[in-house]
Amino acid sequence: MEKFTNLKAIVAPMDRPNVDTDAIIPKQFLKSIKRSGFGPNLFDEWRYLDQGEPGMDNSGRPLNEEFVLNQSRYQGAKILIARENFGCGSSREHAPWALLDYGFQVIIAPSFADIFFSNSFKNGILLIKLDANIIDELFNDVAVNEGYELNVDLEKQTITKADGTTISFEIDEFRKHRLLNGLDDIGLTMQHVDDIKTYEQRRSAEAPWLFK
Amino acid sequence: MTGKTLYEKIWDQHVVRDNGDGTALLYIDRQLVHEVTSPQAFEGLRLAGRKLWRVDANLATPDHNVPTTNRSQGIEGIEDPVARLQVETLDKNCSEFGITEFKMDDIRQGIVHVIGPEQGATLPGMTVVCGDSHTSTHGAFGALAHGIGTSEVEHVMATQCLIQAKSKTMLVSVNGKVNTGITAKDIVLAVIGEIGTAGGTGYAIEFGGEAIRTLSMEGRMTVCNMAIEAGARAGMIAVDQKTIDYVEGRPYAPKADTWDQAVAAWNDLRSDADAKFDTVVNIDAESIKPQVTWGTSPEMVVSIDSQVPDPANEKDDVKREGMIAALSYMGLTANTPMNEIKVDKVFIGSCTNSRIEDMRAAAEIAKGRKVASNIKLALVVPGSGLIKQQAEKEGLDKIFIEAGFEWREPGCSMCLAMNADRLEPQERCASTSNRNFEGRQGQGGRTHLVSPAMAAAAAIKGHFVDVNEL
Repeated sequence: MEKFTNLKAIVAPMDRPNVDTDAIIPKQFLKSIKRSGFGPNLFDEWRYLDQGEPGMDNSGRPLNEEFVLNQSRYQGAKILIARENFGCGSSREHAPWALLDYGFQVIIAPSFADIFFSNSFKNGILLIKLDANIIDELFNDVAVNEGYELNVDLEKQTITKADGTTISFEIDEFRKHRLLNGLDDIGLTMQHVDDIKTYEQRRSAEAPWLFK
Repeated sequence: MTGKTLYEKIWDQHVVRDNGDGTALLYIDRQLVHEVTSPQAFEGLRLAGRKLWRVDANLATPDHNVPTTNRSQGIEGIEDPVARLQVETLDKNCSEFGITEFKMDDIRQGIVHVIGPEQGATLPGMTVVCGDSHTSTHGAFGALAHGIGTSEVEHVMATQCLIQAKSKTMLVSVNGKVNTGITAKDIVLAVIGEIGTAGGTGYAIEFGGEAIRTLSMEGRMTVCNMAIEAGARAGMIAVDQKTIDYVEGRPYAPKADTWDQAVAAWNDLRSDADAKFDTVVNIDAESIKPQVTWGTSPEMVVSIDSQVPDPANEKDDVKREGMIAALSYMGLTANTPMNEIKVDKVFIGSCTNSRIEDMRAAAEIAKGRKVASNIKLALVVPGSGLIKQQAEKEGLDKIFIEAGFEWREPGCSMCLAMNADRLEPQERCASTSNRNFEGRQGQGGRTHLVSPAMAAAAAIKGHFVDVNEL
């Protein structure tokens, strides 16, 4: 996993609640056996006017010009601001893979669905929860300022606006530590192999039917 | 000392170590594997030169991509080459790593969340995971079960553990008795309508109360299946005699030598009387009517005897905009009576409602009747090969076929339309599945979630109707 320390980037707005993982990456693209290449199909049904299928040349497809990410002012955005319950629905990790492959490294919303939240951090995406009224202000700022940027600092847990004002955010200590250091969970857990073996010994005596 | 909730009991039994940072290493007893969320996990193991920690804790089957028509050609019969490769990859990975797999031509093949309990591979008190959000289904057995992403699938394969932070606990108590014609699906849709799709975020939900205790194991699975639609990764129900009777004698269940010991342990799998939940929600069972969703989120649900809601009555700006967008996508006008909405297709199946009890409930409505002429397709897709066999033994297939339904082979099918079963743009479907998201059943398709009986009734009448009026 890549380390995440800080990021200054253009912000794009996704102004609807309950954006589900089916919308983030539609099911037909889940047939891939790879982890990469999902970016061109991020939000496929909203982004294009035709029906997307795996293996298509996406560069020639008709774009839905009204869709926010197709507007020129948001090109190159790496920070997404969103509404309540972002990432609800399916556990598909293809959703964070698609967001990351497209370029998003930070998503800011009032709330996220649990499985999406966990999947995103495992791929080095920083998800930030802020109060709905602060998010409202960010949506307003983005709307009136073309090329609107934010500066996110994970170590300090701050988001700095162009005018220098800062917003601080909370993050679980363990998620912060892993993100700052780009740590691999399996590697970390493997340091506790003896604990796992001790647990299995004890548990298989207590509940032998679980070990058959 | 205060008592423990069911969640806390299972959690405590599975903590391998406290990581000291708000997380614990939690031991996983069972992992179910399917073709869509596993290939990248197996590839990760291969790249790192890792093996499976405990091969026998894994059980696999292809379900999302498999065709529900003719299976005689096996994998070769999957027309879509991308889907075929994914199923082939599962077969190869399972044979390389030594995992038991119920392949496409095995009578035991089916939807992961149907076959786990059917085989006794899901047991009370277990921690169960799968790279699929509807893993919450298995909580019906007094298990702690939840969906995980592919990185976590790989983590469990390599270490038999997950790094987890403890959830908060919520008790949803459905008090009293439900009325005639009200099923587990109506109960859980009503719960989601009450607490919202994010109401359970951060929680493990325990369902209790008389109406839940009265449900069969199939009904309890339907309820726990949709806990994720209320935002909760895990839904669970205390163990009772019904749970134990269901498990007894199944292929993976404990045998004579450990059965009594297991049952004694399972009988403690209920929240203590003095256990404290972080949140308690009470629902009056008697007030629940047959439910139909009208929008593009499962919380957008109403009773069959009411109308499509009017966004003008919603005060919250974000919610109102969401309602307007949903009505536009669904092609519905506010204040239209729900029972005047006509449907084009009907889907009876999915990990929510494809068990034998669901088949029986739909067949009871279909018996001696005919599918309405405006219905283009009415599909019945049993959850496993064994359910299909049982239904055929009971003659349910004939009832469906005579009424004009199609009787198919087991799989996820039109719940998420990864195979050929799907809606065309603007087609409207009465579906027993779990998600009415935009595009879920096919791009531009319009999904209304209902119970199996309500779906069958919609097929017969050509529009939504209260099942009690048939």
